[in-house]
Amino acid sequence: MKRFYHRAIKDILENRFLTAVTVITIALSIMIAAAFALFFINAGDILNLWQKGIRMMVYLKPGTSEAGRLDTKYKLQNISSVQAARFISSQEAMEKLKGQMAHHAALLDNLNENPLPDAFELSLQPSAQKSAELSFLAERIAALGTVAEVEYGQQWINRFTGIINLFRLAGYGIGALFFMATVFIVANTIRLVLYSRRDEIEIMRLVGATDRFIRIPFYLQGMIQGGAGTLIGLVVLFGGYFSLTSQFDQGLSGDFISLRFFTPLASAGIVAGGTCVGWLGSWVSLKQFMKT
Amino acid sequence: MTDVDSNAIIRMFHVNKRYGAKFALHDLTLDIHKNEYLFITGPSGAGKTTLLKLLYLGQPLTEGQILVDGINISRINRNGIPLLRRKFGIIFQDYKLIPTKSVYENVALVLEAAGRKPRLIEKKVRSVLRTVGMEDRMKSLPLSLSGGEQQRVAVARAVVGDPKIILADEPTGSLDRESAGIIMAYLDEFHSRGATVVLATHDKELIKKSDARVVQLRDGGLSSGPPL
Repeated sequence: MKRFYHRAIKDILENRFLTAVTVITIALSIMIAAAFALFFINAGDILNLWQKGIRMMVYLKPGTSEAGRLDTKYKLQNISSVQAARFISSQEAMEKLKGQMAHHAALLDNLNENPLPDAFELSLQPSAQKSAELSFLAERIAALGTVAEVEYGQQWINRFTGIINLFRLAGYGIGALFFMATVFIVANTIRLVLYSRRDEIEIMRLVGATDRFIRIPFYLQGMIQGGAGTLIGLVVLFGGYFSLTSQFDQGLSGDFISLRFFTPLASAGIVAGGTCVGWLGSWVSLKQFMKT
Repeated sequence: MTDVDSNAIIRMFHVNKRYGAKFALHDLTLDIHKNEYLFITGPSGAGKTTLLKLLYLGQPLTEGQILVDGINISRINRNGIPLLRRKFGIIFQDYKLIPTKSVYENVALVLEAAGRKPRLIEKKVRSVLRTVGMEDRMKSLPLSLSGGEQQRVAVARAVVGDPKIILADEPTGSLDRESAGIIMAYLDEFHSRGATVVLATHDKELIKKSDARVVQLRDGGLSSGPPL
């Protein structure tokens, strides 16, 4: 095996320019594809974070009696997705609103009657915090006779989830394109090397070299190019991530949103994936070439 | 098939080789014996090179049968070709050395391809290069050598794997008389060590100097006419 590595490294050094172009192109491809993946991971984290903080507001119809309110509370608490139901009277809601409006609270003093309804604030079980579950739960609660309206920021979450999904789809498409491009680039590099060395390969065959003996150094070459390109791409991406998070931490959002990079295991997996793509490129090239 | 000849290392039965409609070899039947030294001669285009190529499956035969060391080569699949070729040491008129590899690497390639251990490779390569007088040039690249020296390296490469058969296709065709004499002396030496040598040439001087059997080809078939 050592001599195969030796031959692969020698080939790489003899074709420095070609190898450099290939490695840089792979690095760029991986960088773009990995940047998309990183975006999904962090956007997903943010979405999860927001969803975990979701409170569902259940507004009661005007004139709901004390008995109706108690009955509604009982029914809400019996729903398995509901962790707790806290009653917020219209007076309490008004006090809270005044507190939030601070300097403009005087505007509310001129109201003849309190326009805010009585409500229940529901905190939910983690299993119910997915968008589809929320929608189902809201419909179920809205069907109760005393309930006027249910609010939980549905439209906003749906829109955000929609955007994430759109990006995810685009990411899959881009990932597939870059995968094919990387295989194509490695295949062509190896093909050029093969053509430049076809006399040598022919001589090797004449002296009794097996196809395996001829192929292995080229497989190694493809794998080295794929692995090195991926590693460089990830390192550059990490540099970009590091500089972005340094600025982010100084900003307002630092306390709420914590961006993260790929774990060491995931990074190793990506490099291994790039190495496999390099091998695949070599395999494609050799499959065609060795038939001749 | 014909009678069994236990002393034959190569047997060719009614071999035809066609390129399109043209016969390069036509109904050729020939036995080559173990440790024989055989000249194949004939004018250009007579089929000398084609005959050698058929033996190591450099070309597929069109019809007929060829046995090499008891193996019917028309039944060998792709994976078996390297093993067949390791039975041969092949010397070409144009040397066919790899220009980017040193003399040592060119010769060592045969043993590396056969999966020999590095220590054995070094020992054998040095030994054979010493025999052909090229040990002091083993780090040189082929293009820095003269034609005669390159052919000596090619001879070393042909014999380093201890092949049973040495095929030489016009091995002295590009060399001056002195270099040609050196190459022929090496071939004689390896023949005396037990190898079968099949040498294709149209050089009458080489043939005259030897008492080896001569097979003459003309228009793809064995010729019974006068020597050329």
